[in-house]
Amino acid sequence: MFSLDETDLAIMRATQSGLPLTPRPYQTIAEQLGLSAEDVMSRMINMQEQGVIRRIGVVPNHYKLGYRFNGMTVWNIPDEVIDELGEKVGQLDFVSHCYHRPRHLPEWPYNLFAMVHGKSQAAVDQQIKVMSELLGAYNQGHEVLYSTEILKKTGFRSGG
Amino acid sequence: MDAIDRLIINQLQSDFPICEAPYQVVAERLGLTEANLIERLQALLANGTLTRFGPLYHAERMGGALTLAAVKVPPERFAEVTAIINAFPEVAHNYARSHELNMWFVLATESLAQQQNTITVIEQQTGLRVYNMPKLNEYFVGLKLEA
Repeated sequence: MFSLDETDLAIMRATQSGLPLTPRPYQTIAEQLGLSAEDVMSRMINMQEQGVIRRIGVVPNHYKLGYRFNGMTVWNIPDEVIDELGEKVGQLDFVSHCYHRPRHLPEWPYNLFAMVHGKSQAAVDQQIKVMSELLGAYNQGHEVLYSTEILKKTGFRSGG
Repeated sequence: MDAIDRLIINQLQSDFPICEAPYQVVAERLGLTEANLIERLQALLANGTLTRFGPLYHAERMGGALTLAAVKVPPERFAEVTAIINAFPEVAHNYARSHELNMWFVLATESLAQQQNTITVIEQQTGLRVYNMPKLNEYFVGLKLEA
């Protein structure tokens, strides 16, 4: 585990809601925290190399881009092949997140989760068809759970 | 949203540089001016096309714990249970979903022990079983949405 010191945490808190939209954003953060811009940049580069920062960029609102159909697809895949198939599913260009999660038998037999996004129901149906074909006989059952309402969405973003 | 907005959204989903004048660097790459890029980003954030712009942190690598959890909420208790669960600051997102397990939330805690404790308290307060589904392996996380 990469250990962050107090200064790293201060940089994280200052930037987790966004990067300043100023011509020298790292200088702006440095001034807020009483650091040098060089220190802020080298610490952020280090956090990026350690994977503490996953990426730096824009986070679009799916709905505003027209992706109104956001499905959580869940699959029952034999444990022996889940890593191999999970990697393949994760590489599909319409999958934004792909994880192995535990089953809760007997009610919840699904162990592979993949989020898919489409501009129409037909587009999502087609994506699910592609995934079904990829998984073939290893797919021992699947469901798609569509979000029907956002009940809470905080500023917390992990990208995970 | 015009062609320039789409270009910005498609080109800036990752790899924003860490350097003295990063907007200048990106603007040159996209054939824009620095001031124009900053104005566009401001407008896209203000009108909600972008929910955020900046670094995305990996909670687990910071020592924190994240999990996805679900509950089966009886329809007549949906509003009550939503209020109970949303009141926990550890609940980062909460979605209603079309399934018997009809409420799915993400818990972000500072430790695994705290995650377990929060789940226990949610179970006590709601009287419902929480199905905890922490990730066992991650195959892909990213955004490849084309504007």
